[in-house]
Amino acid sequence: MGAVKEEAVVRSNVRKAMKARERANMAIFFGPAFLIVSFFFVVPVIVDIAISFTDLGRELRITEITTKNYDRAFTGDRQLPGVIARTVFYVGATLLIFNTTFGLVLALATTAIPKTSGTFFRAVWLLPRMSPSVVYAILWIWSIHGGDTSLVNQILKNLFGSEKPIDLIQLEPMWVIIFANGFIGASFAMIILTSAIRSIPEHLYHAARCDGAGSLAVTWHITLAHLRWPLTYIFIWQTLSLLTSFEYILLITGGGPFRATTVYAIFIFQRAFGSAGQYAYGAALAFFLIVPGVILALLLWRVSKMGTLLQKPRIEVQ
Amino acid sequence: MATIEFRGINKKFGDETIIPEMNLKIDDGEFVALLGPSGCGKSTTLFMLAGIYLPTDGELLFDGARVNEVEARDRNVGIVFQSYALYPHMTVAKNIAFPLRFKKTPEAEINRRVKEAAELVRVGELLERRPEQLSGGQQQRVALARALVKDPALLLLDEPLSNLDATLRLAMRTEIKALQERLKVTTVLVTHDQIEATTMADRIVCMHAGKIEQIGTPDDLYKRPATRFVAEFVGSPPINTFQGAAADGVVELGGARLAISGGANGPVYVGLRPEHLFFADGGIPAKIVQHEPMGREILYVCDTPLGMVRILEAAATASQSIGSETHFGFDSAHSLVFESASENLIGNARVSAIESGS
Ligand SMILES: Nc1ncnc2c1ncn2[C@@H]1O[C@H](COP(=O)(O)OP(=O)(O)OP(=O)(O)O)[C@@H](O)[C@H]1O
Ligand SMILES: [Mg+2]
Repeated sequence: MGAVKEEAVVRSNVRKAMKARERANMAIFFGPAFLIVSFFFVVPVIVDIAISFTDLGRELRITEITTKNYDRAFTGDRQLPGVIARTVFYVGATLLIFNTTFGLVLALATTAIPKTSGTFFRAVWLLPRMSPSVVYAILWIWSIHGGDTSLVNQILKNLFGSEKPIDLIQLEPMWVIIFANGFIGASFAMIILTSAIRSIPEHLYHAARCDGAGSLAVTWHITLAHLRWPLTYIFIWQTLSLLTSFEYILLITGGGPFRATTVYAIFIFQRAFGSAGQYAYGAALAFFLIVPGVILALLLWRVSKMGTLLQKPRIEVQ
Repeated sequence: MATIEFRGINKKFGDETIIPEMNLKIDDGEFVALLGPSGCGKSTTLFMLAGIYLPTDGELLFDGARVNEVEARDRNVGIVFQSYALYPHMTVAKNIAFPLRFKKTPEAEINRRVKEAAELVRVGELLERRPEQLSGGQQQRVALARALVKDPALLLLDEPLSNLDATLRLAMRTEIKALQERLKVTTVLVTHDQIEATTMADRIVCMHAGKIEQIGTPDDLYKRPATRFVAEFVGSPPINTFQGAAADGVVELGGARLAISGGANGPVYVGLRPEHLFFADGGIPAKIVQHEPMGREILYVCDTPLGMVRILEAAATASQSIGSETHFGFDSAHSLVFESASENLIGNARVSAIESGS
């Protein structure tokens, strides 16, 4: 009888210890992420919303609580429609041409060729992502600036005998920033899609071949069918990051010439920190970026079904 | 329907030769099993038939025409993979219909044939499910339906039963066999399970390290194994083999002397199947060290002057227990003798007990 009781006590102690460990593990694993998300997302969002209802400006003084920033955004800002149109074009073109399609082509191409050369090409495409943004931006400027020493003009001169140097930043500023961002964005899709392609079982390809599928049909029915979720994930993720991207634009074109490359993120920056120094109005504009951001992030959460992108742990941890 | 011929087929992966030289003919409508241990090149052979791998050398003929250069998709071959390889994002119906998409089959006919194929393997109710929602046995049937839906000239089965439980395996064995007999499609089954091969196939091709050891009916392989390897691979429980030296009609096996006929001379292997051994009052002494009940029979392992020997006895007449000392004899007509160096069967050689007094 005593023994039975003792055993029950021991067992309940063990259970308690396991519970405690479970809790400790949770704190250890989720704690840092939780802190980071609060400090760098939740708190800034709250601060942003709070500021957007004030008249905070360069003097750093709040004199009234007001909705006039929102009134202005909805009715009074004549630049805003143009900015939104430019943003849609910039995000759409970069996303469709580079961040998905080109990334996919890179992944398909570098997995189809022998492994070592494939790895080499992928490494080359990763270089811009690994270099500091200032260096990357300077490389771009150095390549395309209007003087006859730029890479583009040297090539035009020496290879095509063209005497007149061109200035791509003046001629096609939008496409310059699309290319500059796209070259980096493509490598993101490339990495994710490469590993997704690698994980497709080889016998599926064999089966499809024996079932009569040609190369195109195999790519469509096996490879692309398999990449549907990763592609959706990349699409949403990259939309988000393009909406808020501004550092390369700022460094390469500064939003110009005139407003040709002033997309939404640049516009907020200019309104808030430019000569006008309207912090509160900038905060209100930023709020409109937070809303789609949160919606897309939640969508991403659903779409990615996390499990389909992450490997299950090999060991079950309690 | 098709006849198949391997003419001096050689297959290398890089520098490694997997199949040195294969010659084999398969008749129209025949059911052939490729039987051999893991890694002996069975799947490689099958994949060459499917057009997934190209032979390094030699000629592969379908109906007498060379197909080495014909792509997989133009060979009209249906294949069931060991893992089934169902397309995970397609429903069962789409999976089965997949081969027909590339044959410009009209929609209505696709539907009809998918239904037909699904009924054939009894997955008619599962057409709207996805592969992940199916059990192993159901997946296997769907894979079979997908292989059959295009009326293939050749059906290839790569260990189709190895992922199923014992009961289901038994049922599917019978079913596939019946189906093949009805459809009369030339079929090649790859398996490492001798029972699967012997119960399903008309002819068995026994392979070892990329070479064909023997081609024959299940009966041939069991009764007249061409090599020691075949004798040891086919038959369950496995055959007893003893090494010895034959001279002047007598062979020395460990501590025992037996008469040997058929002109065997020099070093030999003698093979005696457990089911052809029996306990007797006289003969070779044996001490029982282990017994394994196997249902209808009991397998004894005995310590004898020849070494450890497996003896099978009907459970109903079980006479021995562990530790008991007895004697055993053997059925001379079923004894097998192999030449030691080549390991080939010496056709008419037999061993028998030496008559006392001679
Ligand atoms: N693509 C390949 N590249 C290099 N070697 C290979 C390849 N495929 C198979 N092999 C080798 O060829 C040999 C035969 O392989 P195969 O798959 O044909 O064996 P198997 O008889 O089907 O075996 P199992 O019963 O285990 O499936 C093995 O030694 C294997 O390592
Ligand atoms: Mg195999």
